[in-house]
Amino acid sequence: MSVKEIFETMEYGPAPEASGDALAWIVDQGAQFGQFIGGRFTEPRKDFASRNPATGDVLADLSSATVDEVDAAVNAARLAQPKWEKLGGHKRARVLYAIARLIQKHSRLFAVLETLDNGKPIRESRDIDVPLVHRHFYYHAGMAQLMEAELPGRKAIGVCGQIIPWNFPLLMLAWKVAPALAMGNTVVLKPAEYTSLTALLFADICRQAGVPAGVVNIVTGDGAVGEMIVTHEGVDKIAFTGSTEVGRIIRRATAGSGKSLTLELGGKSPYIVFEDADIDSAIEGLVDAIWFNQGQVCCAGSRLLVQEGIAVRFYAKLKARMGTLRIGNPLDKGVDIGAVVDPVQHQRISELVKACDEGETYQPQMQMPSEGCFYPPTLITGLSPANPLMQEEIFGPVLVGSTFRTPAEAVAMANNTRYGLAASVWSENVNLALDIAPKLVAGVVWVNGTNMFDAAAGFGGVRESGFGREGGWEGLQAYTKPAKAAKKLAQISPYKGDKGPIDPLDRTAKLYIGGKQARPDGGYSRDVYSKSGELLGQAPIANRKDVRNAVEAAAGAASWGKTTGHLRAQILYYIAENLQARAGEFAARVNQLTGKRNGAHEVEQAVDTLFTAAAWADKFDGLAHNVPMRGMAVAVREPVGVIGAFCPDECPLGGLVGAMAPAIAMGNRVVLVASEPFPLAATDFYQVLETSDVPGGVVNILTGSHAELAKPLASHLNVDAVWSFSGADISATVEAESAGNLKRTWVNNGLTSDWTDTRAFLEAATEVKNIWVPYGE
Amino acid sequence: MSVTTETPPNTLPLHIEARNPGMALDMDWVRAVQANTSAIERRVKSLPGRRSVKKDYQAAWLLKAISCIDLTTLSGDDTAGRVARLCAKARRPVRDDLMQALGFEGLTVGAVCVYHEMIAPAVAALEGTNIPVAAVSTGFPAGLTPFELRLEEIRQSVAAGASEIDIVISRRQVLTGDWQALYDEMRAYREACGDAHIKTILATGELGSLRNVGRASLVCMMAGADFIKTSTGKESVNATLPVSLVMIRAIRDYYERTGFRVGNKPAGGISKAKDALVYLSLMKEELGDRWLQPDLFRFGASSLLGDIERQLEHHVTGAYSAGYRHAMG
Repeated sequence: MSVKEIFETMEYGPAPEASGDALAWIVDQGAQFGQFIGGRFTEPRKDFASRNPATGDVLADLSSATVDEVDAAVNAARLAQPKWEKLGGHKRARVLYAIARLIQKHSRLFAVLETLDNGKPIRESRDIDVPLVHRHFYYHAGMAQLMEAELPGRKAIGVCGQIIPWNFPLLMLAWKVAPALAMGNTVVLKPAEYTSLTALLFADICRQAGVPAGVVNIVTGDGAVGEMIVTHEGVDKIAFTGSTEVGRIIRRATAGSGKSLTLELGGKSPYIVFEDADIDSAIEGLVDAIWFNQGQVCCAGSRLLVQEGIAVRFYAKLKARMGTLRIGNPLDKGVDIGAVVDPVQHQRISELVKACDEGETYQPQMQMPSEGCFYPPTLITGLSPANPLMQEEIFGPVLVGSTFRTPAEAVAMANNTRYGLAASVWSENVNLALDIAPKLVAGVVWVNGTNMFDAAAGFGGVRESGFGREGGWEGLQAYTKPAKAAKKLAQISPYKGDKGPIDPLDRTAKLYIGGKQARPDGGYSRDVYSKSGELLGQAPIANRKDVRNAVEAAAGAASWGKTTGHLRAQILYYIAENLQARAGEFAARVNQLTGKRNGAHEVEQAVDTLFTAAAWADKFDGLAHNVPMRGMAVAVREPVGVIGAFCPDECPLGGLVGAMAPAIAMGNRVVLVASEPFPLAATDFYQVLETSDVPGGVVNILTGSHAELAKPLASHLNVDAVWSFSGADISATVEAESAGNLKRTWVNNGLTSDWTDTRAFLEAATEVKNIWVPYGE
Repeated sequence: MSVTTETPPNTLPLHIEARNPGMALDMDWVRAVQANTSAIERRVKSLPGRRSVKKDYQAAWLLKAISCIDLTTLSGDDTAGRVARLCAKARRPVRDDLMQALGFEGLTVGAVCVYHEMIAPAVAALEGTNIPVAAVSTGFPAGLTPFELRLEEIRQSVAAGASEIDIVISRRQVLTGDWQALYDEMRAYREACGDAHIKTILATGELGSLRNVGRASLVCMMAGADFIKTSTGKESVNATLPVSLVMIRAIRDYYERTGFRVGNKPAGGISKAKDALVYLSLMKEELGDRWLQPDLFRFGASSLLGDIERQLEHHVTGAYSAGYRHAMG
């Protein structure tokens, strides 16, 4: 077209980013790559190809790691770890700083390579991905520097196996590698098989940055290689980002292994628009929510909820906006939507959309590239929550929409999902927006915005979107562990006996469910004897139906989570007061049960624990993160929800209170399974609860076999977390059964627990939700 | 030096579009206008990275920008000679050899913009062209002269040959929320303009918030504005992208509901070719191609043209240019 003609049409024309340097880098490496193990690349093989999804062209040949190679990588990491940790925070900070600077110096090379390999628009890799990567290493260089001073009592976990997805290849690498290295861990990282190239360039950068050999190891391949890492005995921690389905498999595979685990999984994040929102801005926000990275974003605002009164106008404006999106060559600087990562994904998206038989599907008339993996922006409106597309993650540029009438209905619809990763709320009314944000079940909430990320603010989900946070102080939890070593926990069998009862009058211990004493569903009880064989009484044997009833009662007491910390503190103090009043009786009971003499001490400890929990109830504050934005990113601590806890066997009262107090102080409801050999202190304790204004359902107490109850409690889909301090060997069962709804687990793996580490209990009892509130008039 | 024959300048499509007749003040609509500052800033901040024009496309877009410039002089020391020089530049904004190399001819700026006393010299200097003369009016820039004098100023400027009148609104009506007063004043100005087009300067730098900009834009369109314009160039903050985006979205909303297209004129502070490209892409993205013509889009600028000329020479020769190589206005 001539200048004169363009003057008339005012088209944009092509604006390609040059790819020569990135392609030259690939060629310089021989266009084939081995594994990066112990600071050098292994001999490459041509096991699979990495392709440019926009053109189908092969970019390089890659090697699929063998069992031996994964072994070698883990061994290299093992070997390097103690030295790396002992280097100290400052020396590690220097290395992370060097990585950050090198990424900045090679920023365009990384961006172009990422776009070639993944298909995302160059604008995104250049303006979003790579700057966030750089920022993440920068930020965590600081965390390494501060570790000794700010995280006393914490140490590196060891060797971290990290498996990352293809949607943000380099960014996910940064989110995994930076905090791990900062805290003194070493890593074996597997990039997704579609997108390994920037990870391999990163390996190159590591050598330049002076990362010691073996600290960062990168192995390539598909899920089979991932599985080798997950099941490898030399790995101490697995961090995975990817689908909920694979997350569940990993949860089961690592159950009982003692490996720590963090999972960042799928989502179907709601995007709520109230009638008083800045509608044009909310629509522009959707472009960043669902048409960012072709919708291949775990936290994509993929579920639009619009208030009924503005829906018609909103949809009309949205459709008009969709028409100006430009789809095509991802290397073109003027392209909004690039290529979907692989033909497999393209087919999946197409099939899901085709299968939809409800509502109205809209795709704008637009110029589509004639070849390559391109899928047009799609809006499906008029869907009911029952439609699979309102529930299932599509992972493509497809937005589904529905309407709501009231704020309460918006919250109900938003939370009507198994996921809980992110949410957006649009309203110009600060009262409304800040009322809704805490009510949304999500790890991240954006007010009048979407897809805002920063290294200083933790990212991660609740429910089946996984657990653990990446970024911020909260993210370091996942890469450190208590420095104090645990010992093996002795197993305790109940005492046997044949003597008569010690009580002059028969007493009936019951279960405590929903604020009421309840007989066990099964109608069985177990005789409990003292060490010297006297009959102390009978403990009910709870079964799965009692678990069901207790969880139902706990779920019904949800308003406990909305009470103030001050109120919860008062109640905890009141429990302490009433326990103290009966201290002598409880001390005697504990002594009877355990056959030891530290009952008085245990009661004193329990009162102390209650005071500590009461003290923290209104003090375990969130944080206002320092994110580079005019606004606030507020990390609030929210209760986890319903926590099931298998109490320790050895201290029948202290252990019960030790699990209960911090949990309810933070606003959780608990289902406590009492010490298995010594259950009768717990059944006495509910009398204290009954006289202490504890609302029904907040604390529920079961007695019975831990091994029997582990499965029904850990598999219950309305339980949000399960803790086990049990002497019984149930850690593997709890972790495996938790996979159903990916509840959080905290198990002892047969080791002793540190009951003085209050902070560990408070952390386990809360989820960090980051609420982003940009402001400005 | 090549010789070019005199060709009649492009005819500006000034009268293709039905003029916005205005409508009754609809306060429900006005009060519903929202503008979220952070989100608006994010949009305009990411736009330059989202849209890029290169090579011939960039040259064509820069020529388009020139065709939309209201070449302006608003100085106390303006004289007939100074205005004549500016008008000569308006007729022939780019060196002939560059225009030839670009395969383009007959380009002029969108209008020449002056104070009332300079209308007559400007009209004389532009004789034989279709370049309109715009006059700033109504006690520009503060707009605080007696109301009757403001109306009379419009009438006299129209009589003197101005075909566009750039009026300033009374900012106090916005700041105190007296939308009816703003509407009534604007209505009176529009009537005084007669057939001359009325360009409403909101002086956005003095309106306090983006929401006020959005509401004032809407009220002025309801009162019959042909154009809404950001600034006088005399406020401490003049045209910005966030302000322009709010106005552009108001224009779109007004068009969607009434079917009438109102023009947009960012003014003041736009001095780089690159800025002009961003504004053009903002118009294209938010309002569409129809708004990329001088009857619906203008830049109020005095130094922008010089930078565009240098960029065009660079496009033609491949060498970075110097200011003195281009004729002054």
